[in-house]
Amino acid sequence: MKIDTNARYQASHEYARKEAAASGGFEIVVGISDHAQESLGDIVFVELPAAGKVLKKGEAFGVVESVKAASDLYAPVSGKVVAANEALSGDPSLVNKDCYGSGWMIRVAPTDPAEWNALLDAAAYEKEAGKE
Amino acid sequence: MHSTALHDWHVAHGAKMAPFAGYDMPISYPTGAVEEHLICRRSVGLFDIDHMGQLVVSGPGADEFVSATVSAKVLDMKDWDARYSLLLDEKGLVLDDLFIYRLPGRWWIVINAGNRAVDVAWFNARAEAFPKSVFVEDRSDATYMIAVQGPRAIELMDLVSDRKVSELPRFTAGDLKIGGIPVLFGRTGYTGEDGGELFFPAAQAERLWSLLIERGGASGIETKPIGLAARDSLRFEAGMPLHGHEISASINPIEAGFKWACGLDKDFVGKAAVEAVIASGPARKLVGLEVEGGVPREGYEVADAAGMVVGKVVAGMFCPTVKKYAANAFVKPELAKAGTALKVLIRGAAKDALVVKRPLYVPAYRR
Repeated sequence: MKIDTNARYQASHEYARKEAAASGGFEIVVGISDHAQESLGDIVFVELPAAGKVLKKGEAFGVVESVKAASDLYAPVSGKVVAANEALSGDPSLVNKDCYGSGWMIRVAPTDPAEWNALLDAAAYEKEAGKE
Repeated sequence: MHSTALHDWHVAHGAKMAPFAGYDMPISYPTGAVEEHLICRRSVGLFDIDHMGQLVVSGPGADEFVSATVSAKVLDMKDWDARYSLLLDEKGLVLDDLFIYRLPGRWWIVINAGNRAVDVAWFNARAEAFPKSVFVEDRSDATYMIAVQGPRAIELMDLVSDRKVSELPRFTAGDLKIGGIPVLFGRTGYTGEDGGELFFPAAQAERLWSLLIERGGASGIETKPIGLAARDSLRFEAGMPLHGHEISASINPIEAGFKWACGLDKDFVGKAAVEAVIASGPARKLVGLEVEGGVPREGYEVADAAGMVVGKVVAGMFCPTVKKYAANAFVKPELAKAGTALKVLIRGAAKDALVVKRPLYVPAYRR
């Protein structure tokens, strides 16, 4: 399994990576881990919230559909959606090809920086995902 | 849980395995279900379908018995002809769908794994009650079955076989040998592509499977194993039914569009019920829907433009060749016309759905 060591993770397999925001401060880029895309198989549809939507940590914010099943996506942090990856509506397989890069899902302006700090780091997530 | 003789091969090649009809079957390989689908449409796909069952019907009364038991006209078939049929109960409901081969002196009938017990009991009970002597034998365990499908499948078969498979017309069968292995080859399939289904001794499964992959690769014919996920999307796109979905023991053939598989100029079990449905008109009809904004899956509700629930999805998925999200559903006949605007409820949200002509993908042999 590929791990983005700059990201943090939650046990439900979403990653959250801090990136500098154009407006100063930072935003959180959210997607699903390589382990998740691998176990889901071919992704054929991704449903994401519109920019402006306010999310609470742990809330379902979207759905990723593989060939065989639909799975909810859970917000790893609270905050406002700044952008959703529109490329995924044309080519959902980007999640399979490059989950940490062009297969990202949403950018969030976080309301509580402590939430990101509390997520699993790469090593802890790798251990967690390895149990499955 | 049963497993096929190729089970270890699938696992060694990284397949995701899951139960299907009591068998632990490959759902997809590391290639991925979407790419597997596309490989079968452009070159050759190999399918382990050993879960399928086979019956042999023979004896002095066999011809009349098969004709009286299955829906399709069969007595006009010549030796080595193959034909699709339904197996109906007296109420005209679909117990299973069958592929029937007329071989010299016997009938070779391919049945679905999930219905094997029902079918065998049904054929046996009817054979015992039949006025003439009929023997029904379940050959499922001794017989291995793989499918070789795709636009280059026949080219591959010609390369590996001791006879010219390309000279067998579609919907016929022939005996041949591949690497010395005796094979009954039927030029049929379940993908919408040309190709065939191979029946041979179960002990030879891995040798024949590997031989096909190696000879395909060595001859520049892309030949890949295809899992059940892509088998489902291939058959769905090509408009073929899967028992338990488009047809089932609670669906009659007229609702599902299978009047063509009923030989109404002969007698067969369920004929009176089928004729009654034809006379009164079916209460619902199977339609194809193209859906925007999500994958329409089995069990999702279908609503009319006013939001009234009018039916249910029986199968739905992303279709890799036509690149559409599509469903099959039963709706009232007045809503079944192509162009009718309906909705499919996906996670509580009404998504636009348009009734379209089936199949979404016109099988190569019909073009």
